[in-house]
Amino acid sequence: MSTSKRFLVISRHPPYGSSHARDALDTALTTAVFEQPVSMLFLDDGVYQLLQAQQPAAIQQKNLGATLSALPMYDIDQLYACDKALQNRGLQPEDCLLPVQRLDSNGIAELIRTHDVVMSF
Amino acid sequence: MIFSLLVYAAPHSHQAAESAYRFAVACLAQGHSIHRVFFYGDGVHGASALAAPPQDELNLPARWQALAQTHDLDLVVCIAAAVRRGLLDSNEARRYEKPGHNLHDGFELSGLGQLTEAAIVSDRLITFGA
Amino acid sequence: MTLHTLNRPPSNTALLTDCLNACSSGDCLLLIEDGVYCALAQQPLELPEGVTACVLAADVAARGLQSRLHDSIRQVDDAGFVKLCCEHPRVISWY
Repeated sequence: MSTSKRFLVISRHPPYGSSHARDALDTALTTAVFEQPVSMLFLDDGVYQLLQAQQPAAIQQKNLGATLSALPMYDIDQLYACDKALQNRGLQPEDCLLPVQRLDSNGIAELIRTHDVVMSF
Repeated sequence: MIFSLLVYAAPHSHQAAESAYRFAVACLAQGHSIHRVFFYGDGVHGASALAAPPQDELNLPARWQALAQTHDLDLVVCIAAAVRRGLLDSNEARRYEKPGHNLHDGFELSGLGQLTEAAIVSDRLITFGA
Repeated sequence: MTLHTLNRPPSNTALLTDCLNACSSGDCLLLIEDGVYCALAQQPLELPEGVTACVLAADVAARGLQSRLHDSIRQVDDAGFVKLCCEHPRVISWY
């Protein structure tokens, strides 16, 4: 495919309780496989996906955190999170399993304006 | 203009599944084209041949099929999401040795890449989610 | 310019806040399905500067809300929804 679009995947849900977080992640990974530039933005409870030490074996689910950690290997290194969402939940940079750029409202609106396709889960 | 739709909600559980169909009808009525309708997550239930809603309710899988026939639409169901939820075509039923298959005529199972491809080639991707 | 669709009632405050924070001047917010409850005169929306809001008429009528809408909010039909999508180069769904 010759044309290229800039994709933004917004992830607003915490992991495991519903399929939203996994579906957002799979969408981002697939988009990267198609060699399209893709960024991810974590909003609201979606920032809980970034927590280290996820141990979902006992609930018979695959470790979403492990997949998230692998994003940079798929060239998905433009990772953003809502600063307020992190702050309100007491999440510090050292709690996160990979580095994210923290954005305020203006930053989020600006991020959206610089992408062609925005998919939200 | 070329549209693609992402349906991410199950019919009867959430209005979004019906909204997507209404949007598609309005889109085509205005002379736009729809490159693909992609069913993902719980949206895959919208492609079940076994759905039997009461006569006075919308039978979405049948409506989508009719619309697809008239307008040559590409109705694609995410294979990973579908197989997990028990929505199979004859190939998958054979592969997993299941007693039957239930993908409605007019739909096909394919990979998530079909969503990315749709987003690339379409002017607009509209999500109907829950 | 972005078209934002939102389909949850205002009781889902986090969703509504995220949506409004993500808006830029010139964007349009289209309230659909249960999102139309965000358009009522009783609880006026606090839209960011330069952002317009409209509602999907069929969803308003279905819920018996015709006389309860805020004055500033325009109703569009299904064809109007499609037209809004054409007028905005990207569409984000908040749900």
